[in-house]
Amino acid sequence: MYWNLFITFFKIGAFTFGGGWAMISIMEKEIVDKYGWLDKSDFLDLLAVAQSLPGILAVNISVAVGDRLKGPKGSITAALGTILPSFMMILAIAIFLTPDIIKSNETITAIFKGIRPAVVALIIAPVISSAKAAGIGWKTIWIPVVVALLIWSKLPYISNPIVYIVFGGLFGLLWFNNNQKRLAAKRINRDKKEGER
Amino acid sequence: MIYLKLAWAYLKIGLFGFGGGYAMLSLIENIIVGNGWISEQMFTDIVAISQMTPGPIGINSATYIGYVAPGVSDPTFAHPLWGVLGSIMCTLVVVVPSFLLTLYASHFIRRHQESGYVKGIFTGLRPVVVGLIASAALLLMNSANFGSETRDLIASISICVAAFIGVYFIKLHPILVIVIAGIAGYIIF
Repeated sequence: MYWNLFITFFKIGAFTFGGGWAMISIMEKEIVDKYGWLDKSDFLDLLAVAQSLPGILAVNISVAVGDRLKGPKGSITAALGTILPSFMMILAIAIFLTPDIIKSNETITAIFKGIRPAVVALIIAPVISSAKAAGIGWKTIWIPVVVALLIWSKLPYISNPIVYIVFGGLFGLLWFNNNQKRLAAKRINRDKKEGER
Repeated sequence: MIYLKLAWAYLKIGLFGFGGGYAMLSLIENIIVGNGWISEQMFTDIVAISQMTPGPIGINSATYIGYVAPGVSDPTFAHPLWGVLGSIMCTLVVVVPSFLLTLYASHFIRRHQESGYVKGIFTGLRPVVVGLIASAALLLMNSANFGSETRDLIASISICVAAFIGVYFIKLHPILVIVIAGIAGYIIF
């Protein structure tokens, strides 16, 4: 069982490009459809929790699935399976493609000069798609704009992304609490009025 | 001590990395490039390499930077074995928060998901995550990546615009876009 678990996650780690979401759909196929280790609703339940936690999504879901199947040992097995392929591949690349080599080899320098602007484009695309997914409109667009500009400013402290992650989370929590209280107060008022009648 | 600093850096990245790979980039940039462990160019190259190799970008960057950073910051650690040690350490450290939180906090999250606190937190985080991804794009639009001479700049901006059209409108696979950009770079530069 442990071996199967390891091999399954190793395969997922070795053959999925593009990280997180690309991995999730393949994981679901292997774990739910092929092996039947979990049923679909269990998997989606674990995915919901894994998504709520910080860290690397693919690792979070591996830990959660491994834990559900075989406890902490299972979670270590599954996570190692997910991590090892990319670890080994990147280590090999790091050994042979050091910053000095990229700089000293003219062909590689030219290739990377072409790739770097394309990488920027690859990051602009998800800015737009995530803004759409988050339902950003004219009233809320200032939030990502201000966050992006302050991080970009490189000023001490306020350019630290952690600040905005903590602020965003706290603000959301307080806003939600207030909303709940307001709704609760409304409900009490309504009940009172109905009682008076 | 570079190894302790690296461990602390990746612990923070693992603990505050909300919103997926692209949103983590500005956090990694802020901590790793901010400390001078690698250059802006190298950081962009790692993002490109991560896109072309399987696996999550958080793991890929930990492995690569763990290998390179010790030698860059201190010549004593120039031997490749020190690099391997660094890459093993960073890769393990970045997943430690995932382990602890998934094993010990998932019950708590599941209980509060129903009550909606978690929803509230994520409603607040969502616009921030958009800002985090945008900041990564802004941070990488610099002279290190686009060049400073007019000729380089024009070529770089053209590649960037073409790549954006390719990936956003034509929906080309990111790996294909990187390969084409690499070929274009080889021809132009």
